[in-house]
Amino acid sequence: MLNVKDLHAYYGRAHILHGVTLEARAGEVVALLGRNGAGKSTTLKSIMGLVPAASGEVSFGDVRIESLPPHRIARLGLGYVPEERRIFTDLTVMENLTVGRQAPRAGAPSWSEDKLFALFPNLARMRERPGGRMSGGEQQMLTIARTLMGNPRCVLLDEPSEGLAPIIVEQMAHSIRTLKGEGLSVVLCEQNLHFALGVADRAYIIEKGQIRFGGTMAELAADAGLREQYLSV
Amino acid sequence: MTAVLQVEGLHKSFGGVQAVADVSFGVDAGELLALIGPNGAGKSTCFNMLNGQLAPDGGIVRLDGRDIVGLSPRAIWRLGVGRTFQITATFASLSVRENVQMALYSHAGRLRSLLSRFGAAFRPEADRLLDQVGMLDQAERACGVLAYGDLKRVELAMALANQPRLLLMDEPTAGMAPKERVALMALTAGLARARNIAVLFTEHDMDVVFGQADRIIVLDRGALIAGGTPEAVRANAQVRAVYLGGTH
Amino acid sequence: MTFASFIIQLLNGLASASSLFLVSAGLSLIFGVTRIVNFAHGSLYMLGLYGAYSLIEALGRTPLGFWTSVVLAALLVGVAGVLIEVLVLRRIYKAPELFQLLATFAIVLVIKDIALFVWGAEDLVGPRAPGLSMAVEILGRRIPAYDLLLIAIGPVVLLALWLLLRRTRWGALVRAATQDREMVGALGVDQARLFTSVFFVGALLAGLGGALQIPREPANLELDLSIIADAFVVTVVGGLGSIGGAFLAAVLIGVAKAFCIGIGTVHWFGFEIAFSKLTLVVEFLIMALVLVVRPFGLLGRPPATQRITADPAPPLAVPSWTFALVWLALLLAVPLVADRYVTILLTDIFCFALFAVSLHFIMGPAGMVSFGHAAYFGLGAYAAGLLLKRGGLPMEAALVLAPLVAGAFAVVYGWFCVRLSGVYLAMLTLAFAQISWSIVFQWDSLTGGSNGVFGVWPSPWLAGKTAYYYLALAFCGAGVALLWRVLFSPFGYALRAGRDSPLRAEAIGIDLRRFQWSAFVLVGTLAGLAGAVFAFSKGSISPATISIAQSTDGLIMVLLGGVETLTGPVAGAAIFTWLRDEVARRTEFWRAVMGMVILLIVLLFPQGLVGGLKALATRFRERAL
Ligand SMILES: Nc1ncnc2c1ncn2[C@@H]1O[C@H](COP(=O)(O)OP(=O)(O)OP(=O)(O)O)[C@@H](O)[C@H]1O
Ligand SMILES: Nc1ncnc2c1ncn2[C@@H]1O[C@H](COP(=O)(O)OP(=O)(O)OP(=O)(O)O)[C@@H](O)[C@H]1O
Ligand SMILES: [Mg+2]
Ligand SMILES: [Mg+2]
Repeated sequence: MLNVKDLHAYYGRAHILHGVTLEARAGEVVALLGRNGAGKSTTLKSIMGLVPAASGEVSFGDVRIESLPPHRIARLGLGYVPEERRIFTDLTVMENLTVGRQAPRAGAPSWSEDKLFALFPNLARMRERPGGRMSGGEQQMLTIARTLMGNPRCVLLDEPSEGLAPIIVEQMAHSIRTLKGEGLSVVLCEQNLHFALGVADRAYIIEKGQIRFGGTMAELAADAGLREQYLSV
Repeated sequence: MTAVLQVEGLHKSFGGVQAVADVSFGVDAGELLALIGPNGAGKSTCFNMLNGQLAPDGGIVRLDGRDIVGLSPRAIWRLGVGRTFQITATFASLSVRENVQMALYSHAGRLRSLLSRFGAAFRPEADRLLDQVGMLDQAERACGVLAYGDLKRVELAMALANQPRLLLMDEPTAGMAPKERVALMALTAGLARARNIAVLFTEHDMDVVFGQADRIIVLDRGALIAGGTPEAVRANAQVRAVYLGGTH
Repeated sequence: MTFASFIIQLLNGLASASSLFLVSAGLSLIFGVTRIVNFAHGSLYMLGLYGAYSLIEALGRTPLGFWTSVVLAALLVGVAGVLIEVLVLRRIYKAPELFQLLATFAIVLVIKDIALFVWGAEDLVGPRAPGLSMAVEILGRRIPAYDLLLIAIGPVVLLALWLLLRRTRWGALVRAATQDREMVGALGVDQARLFTSVFFVGALLAGLGGALQIPREPANLELDLSIIADAFVVTVVGGLGSIGGAFLAAVLIGVAKAFCIGIGTVHWFGFEIAFSKLTLVVEFLIMALVLVVRPFGLLGRPPATQRITADPAPPLAVPSWTFALVWLALLLAVPLVADRYVTILLTDIFCFALFAVSLHFIMGPAGMVSFGHAAYFGLGAYAAGLLLKRGGLPMEAALVLAPLVAGAFAVVYGWFCVRLSGVYLAMLTLAFAQISWSIVFQWDSLTGGSNGVFGVWPSPWLAGKTAYYYLALAFCGAGVALLWRVLFSPFGYALRAGRDSPLRAEAIGIDLRRFQWSAFVLVGTLAGLAGAVFAFSKGSISPATISIAQSTDGLIMVLLGGVETLTGPVAGAAIFTWLRDEVARRTEFWRAVMGMVILLIVLLFPQGLVGGLKALATRFRERAL
């Protein structure tokens, strides 16, 4: 579904990604783990075309996307949920969802407002509230719902558990498993290994812009040395 | 011990939404108090009322016995309240050291000089603070290019520059790696105890909260529903129901 | 004033408000989505008038011909907007916002000369609206029927726009992009197409506003900047991004102006007050008042924190002593080798360099963009001239005191300005510059009105061009050195800190407003010095020294050189002054040439000349390694 080969990316003159290679298959949840500043967010941003890929290949389905602009990538069915939420504060919850809407897509679950409100009940109570008047956690849910409105085949989630109360983190894990159940592929950046263990099938570990490990969650769970070295947990 | 911060009957509503309702608590010198609660409980709103960004609808906030409601954030800082932000705010075009020096110059009232060179004074002091938070090796880098976790440390150093009586930290470890989170709060706790600073923080990471806080208070839908030692709060059935869920 | 004349003036005001509203609504829309302060919006309005004039001439002065022309003109201007967006602005959306501003200045210059070329310099008086040329009798007075129609058009357009923005997906996209256009793109919306559509709608509104004015106002070449100033005022008074606010503000200002004309000259308690002369400043007074009471305009809300896609400003590098000394030595040697022409040109450049460096200080490191910096330059020049001619002071005293006069104005203007930030602040500075200009322009007895002040010559010992060259070099050089020095002082750092993060600055006890206010006074004084030196070098002063054009020249110099470097503004001032001089001697259409040159530079070096050259140099060095 999503295939990244030897991806390099820069911020200005700072070389951040030094050849990232990873893959997410259809219907699979893949976690991208790593310390602060390891390059997780940058990887997602450059897959999405928000940070230009200096070299390397990114293909989604059978389309090469590394030189496409973000909106073209989104229209192919790749959804992106940013780390800093970035909801539209002047728009109501309903309008935020409208902006994310795209036509239904073959081979991807299709979403409606009502289906999303069932997934995130907190939002259902504040349909007409402007995004700026929601708490941090409420915004986090909205930003995921907004991306799902595009009926993606695969979503890139940047730290979805961040800023959420423990009980909501559990709900979020449940939601991600629901998405997977609907046939969606998910690439997930996390620092919270516990959360990742609960939802992901496979994991990659990134360190200083390079992938240092790729394998199943079971392999990762079994290798304490690996976790100590790269994740320091 | 006397309470550095004493809050009584704090209220705030937005239109129809009662965000904070009749909240009272105190923080002692050298104590770490965690304010936790589900999303939308009113934690950030509470914080913003304590530091003067938001005017409460009612209630009293005392710092060392003095009512500070209605004062500007600037005035509250001068009274000895340091703070870090949920989303970091630093001076991106200045170096890490200059960021800390800026706080030191401001504290000493020496920013008005037009002709002297900035950066000549308070260098050792700035470096000492940076050393304490583990950022000395990056002192020359511009804040604009730092990783998120490092920015949090710079913020802590800046917040400590005015020798505060009280530190307010809204989700101080959000966006950091788990082990770094605990380390940052352990660092904060050590500094607070050594310098007798009262610390109030919000946090969703339970390892940080239960590992570092001396006391915890729990907010739900604007009202305090529990408070006490970490053990007592963890055992509280209502807290488990609205906030902690099954795993903790 | 009787009740009847009250009503008449009210209707008059409402009629002129309609066009103003259309223009402002377009400006507001475009600004919201693209974050570009489109200075060329006034030019689009002007094209609307010219276009309607020519189309009516071609299609005939019949009702059908007239209305077809109005609609066609509006559509054509919409297409012109699309062309501007696609050909120029689309290429530089990633460049810093101020650079886009520079591009729109260039477009103003180009369009002005296109209009000059096509329609000539004479005012063109359009026909009255066929079929509506009669007058309706109201309360015994005759009101043109066309005015009544205009009054109705305003609310209709308002309603249509409101529905478009609140009830359609396009509207939701526009409002979302207003806040975070990158995120809108990541959600699958083609930003480029969205921007183009917004430009089309915005330009169409400007064109329609212009075309509808043709029966009321002759088409002329000054309309572009005069309407843009009005439109800025309306958008800011109404609240940026608020279409309803723009309507309210347009009505308020339209009516206030009409009243000033209607009242004429009155005698109160033995004073003679010429209200009709107030028309030029009344809107700016309203603006200053509104902004002090409601900093975000009548219906505006504090802007949602706009996501800044640009990188944070890089750290400033301290200029080296050797660098400065080499230049100083070269400049000291110039009069020994060069001719009179070069000496005079360099004297001009010194004045503009100080002007540009003071503007850079306030808009770069201090983060407060000024659209009206000429106020201080011009006031300094006038103060010098008037202290000499009317005050009878010796030239030396006038030269020293004039900057202080400009500084005193900066104390007042700055007090208002630092209460605002961003575009609001920029537009308020423009308002103050216009107020200064109007006062100078109208106070004939003191300032000589449109003729200006003559015979402002330096003392005999400075009268030689070479002597004056050294004086200008000394004063302007010292001014520049002082400003650069201050940038690296604690004061300068505090300003930079406040620009980077006002939130954090306040949280560490920095009283940002006071610092910014002091900065205003400092740069106002030094811009005044530049003006005073300039005045004595020319021997005469005209209101042009305070005009919007002078302010935009300053902006062009700074942006051309690059805001992110210290030396950029000096280079920008030198190149701009020299180029203008060269081109103006060769062609009548020097504006278009300048505009094209600027556009070329903008498209090739999106970080400004000095910034671009530095980037090139680094790349070159890396390759050499
Ligand atoms: N705009 C920028 N300019 C320059 N460097 C940047 C910029 N943004 C990030 N970086 C640098 O890029 C590196 C990788 O950042 P990235 O945000 O991808 O890390 P991350 O793994 O997502 O970390 P986190 O867990 O903190 O979100 C960091 O070293 C950071 O300092
Ligand atoms: N400006 C506002 N207008 C209206 N309602 C608001 C406003 N700000 C916050 N609220 C509401 O007040 C409640 C408390 O919000 P607050 O931001 O204090 O929550 P929080 O406890 O910090 O949550 P989180 O952990 O998710 O950040 C929420 O329901 C939120 O939607
Ligand atoms: Mg990240
Ligand atoms: Mg919060």
